[in-house]
Amino acid sequence: MPTNAPAAAHALKDVAASDSTLRRFLHGLPGVDAVGLEARAASLGTRSIKTTAKAYAIDLAISMVDLTTLEGADTPGKVRALGAKAVRPDPTDRTTPSTAAVCVYPDMVATAKEAVAGSSVKVASVATAFPAGRAALSVKLADVRDAVAAGADEIDMVIDRGAFLAGNYMKVYDEITAVKEACGTTARLKVIFETGELSTYDNIRRASWLGMLAGADFIKTSTGKVAVNATPANTLLMLEAVRDFRAQTGIQVGVKPAGGIRTSKDAVKFLVLVNETAGEDWLDNHWFRFGASSLLNDLLMQRQKLATGRYSGPDYVTVD
Amino acid sequence: MASAFEYAPAPESRSIVDIAPSYGLFIDGEFTDAADGKVFKTVSPSSEEVLSEIAQAGEADVDRAVKAARKAFEKWSALPGSERAKYLFRIARIIQERSRELAVLETLDNGKPIKETRDADLPLVAAHFFYYAGWADKLDHAGYGANPRPLGVAGQVIPWNFPLLMLAWKIAPALATGNTVVLKPAETTPLSALFFADICRQAGLPKGVVNILPGYGDAGAALVAHPDVNKVAFTGSTAVGKQIARTVAGTRKKVTLELGGKGANIVFDDAPIDQAVEGIVNGIFFNQGQVCCAGSRLLVQESIQDELLDSLKRRLSTLRLGDPLDKNTDIGAINSEEQLSRITSLVERGEAEGAERWSPACDLPESGYWFAPTLFTNVTQAHTVARDEIFGPVLSVLTFRTPDEAVAKANNTPYGLSAGIWTEKGSRILAVANKLRAGVVWSNTFNKFDPTSPFGGYKESGFGREGGRHGLEAYLDV
Repeated sequence: MPTNAPAAAHALKDVAASDSTLRRFLHGLPGVDAVGLEARAASLGTRSIKTTAKAYAIDLAISMVDLTTLEGADTPGKVRALGAKAVRPDPTDRTTPSTAAVCVYPDMVATAKEAVAGSSVKVASVATAFPAGRAALSVKLADVRDAVAAGADEIDMVIDRGAFLAGNYMKVYDEITAVKEACGTTARLKVIFETGELSTYDNIRRASWLGMLAGADFIKTSTGKVAVNATPANTLLMLEAVRDFRAQTGIQVGVKPAGGIRTSKDAVKFLVLVNETAGEDWLDNHWFRFGASSLLNDLLMQRQKLATGRYSGPDYVTVD
Repeated sequence: MASAFEYAPAPESRSIVDIAPSYGLFIDGEFTDAADGKVFKTVSPSSEEVLSEIAQAGEADVDRAVKAARKAFEKWSALPGSERAKYLFRIARIIQERSRELAVLETLDNGKPIKETRDADLPLVAAHFFYYAGWADKLDHAGYGANPRPLGVAGQVIPWNFPLLMLAWKIAPALATGNTVVLKPAETTPLSALFFADICRQAGLPKGVVNILPGYGDAGAALVAHPDVNKVAFTGSTAVGKQIARTVAGTRKKVTLELGGKGANIVFDDAPIDQAVEGIVNGIFFNQGQVCCAGSRLLVQESIQDELLDSLKRRLSTLRLGDPLDKNTDIGAINSEEQLSRITSLVERGEAEGAERWSPACDLPESGYWFAPTLFTNVTQAHTVARDEIFGPVLSVLTFRTPDEAVAKANNTPYGLSAGIWTEKGSRILAVANKLRAGVVWSNTFNKFDPTSPFGGYKESGFGREGGRHGLEAYLDV
């Protein structure tokens, strides 16, 4: 980190002074060469993670999972079952770590809080008119306040992709700062960019900086509701962004890839990206999360395999 | 907790390769002792272990091999192109089938990381044979007139940095065009060429079409000077290249020389910084910098120097140096003790001249030949490390202020093999590339190779082109 970090942080304050300063700053960020970025992500995917490194990585990954249910059909029963699983992912092996959080819609926060009470598991809620984000700011803020009032520890907000793509960066900035304010001092804010809809890597880097400048505690790839979600390349790019942001401001921001990460092998590759891009400081669940639900069972089966030497099967892990 | 994330060692098994205790010369389809019975040892640079004892070719052996090649030339050159293509396709497929074995062998003998031999060298080796196999029956359409003729016997001398790849660059076009070959691999890396000899037999290649003569510079000199050699192809140092040029001057031999380089990697202030850092790393630390087209001079725009160097130093700290057979290894061993001492003395000279030396914290293995990745900052055009080819993992960093200055500095070298341009501005890529006196200019990437793309140098980097359609010309009477 450069020694002039506080001075740099001060300089960045003026970035959001006006629409034009913000645009100039975001468009002045270094470009991203897609071929090079994807090649780097692919080459990091070939590191060999075996035996002790693998056991460590699997436990780490389990502890980073935001166990998620985001369906129209969610019921208190479903959420309670999910909470129980988050606290104790593998009832046959009590050494299995808890997941980082359960992630639910705002109306389920109270139920989820009860379900994980007394454990380290946090409750995250996707407020702000998830997943489209197409609602008035007042509605989004009410959504956030509801969730926070119900006890949510973390708020996952979606940005207004329409405003971003139209070049209306200030609108996006203002929404994030307003939501951050609504989060109060208790809830951490995860800002979801829906990278699949932003489409270009340059946009993803700009969105990352925009989110961080506006006060995001976490930047998150996607909702999991569109065709392209988290990829090694877009996560690598966001890891570079948080690394550079900390170097300039001294402020550390977390990263959460979400959607499409289903296997332990994939999860471990993401951990390698974290380790070699942002660095060890991000290798815990305060700074890195997986937004995934089906990933957990594969991690558990791999964990059982390492412990017993043989594969069990889907009936040896719970369906919730 | 975090520091526990240590990757497991993943060494490739050596058992896939069966290295014999000794090897002969490959002449007229047979392995044979040297006429004077001389032998030399080849060692693994990462452990100094003796891998095998190799027959050492002398003048008499060169003569024998050239005679065998001359005899084979009559029949080989008379074959229809489609027949020659069959052999080349067969060789390409055998290389693919045996690629894991050859990759491990090459890593053992050369010291470069397995991920490079496995993921870069061997796929390119096979691709070159496939590519030139495709040309063998289409020479009439290569743009050199109808029915272009082969030259005869090609004497080829290759270096130790890409032993099998340089062999492929030389042998594939020579055979496709109907020439026969006598090839001398470098004395520190003869094994993969000898395995290739075995592949020629496996493919049923007629005797004498390919002859392999492991040996030292004297054998190379004898081959180049042999009166019955029609074409000389050499890849290696500029000093030796000049000797060869003197030897063949006034003869009717055709020559191509692919010599040293001091490639400029130019990073403009609007470059994609993170990818540029990867490109710089790839440009100079690929194969421990023992690459003639390495981007060994980093020209960075002054306005982003600090930012870029911070990123680069951080990235270098994540490079993994060690056992080349481990697939996590980024930096392997230097090829020989001699090369290591050359690198060391040039680096000491750089320090003595006032350039600032930096290396990441890095443990070097106790046995073998190793050199930590090294940066020189505060370098000017007047420093030796900015002018001489170091051929090791040593990057010299210079700065510039304007595109014109970048071009002037990039071209201000006796060499002209490669260059790189990093900018997000397409028009600048084209404008700068047009002004660079280098055989290959990469933009927003580095060290990308393809058999369809010609490769060669300007000025002291040599002449002639290998690869692509242009590569055929050097082996045809046109």
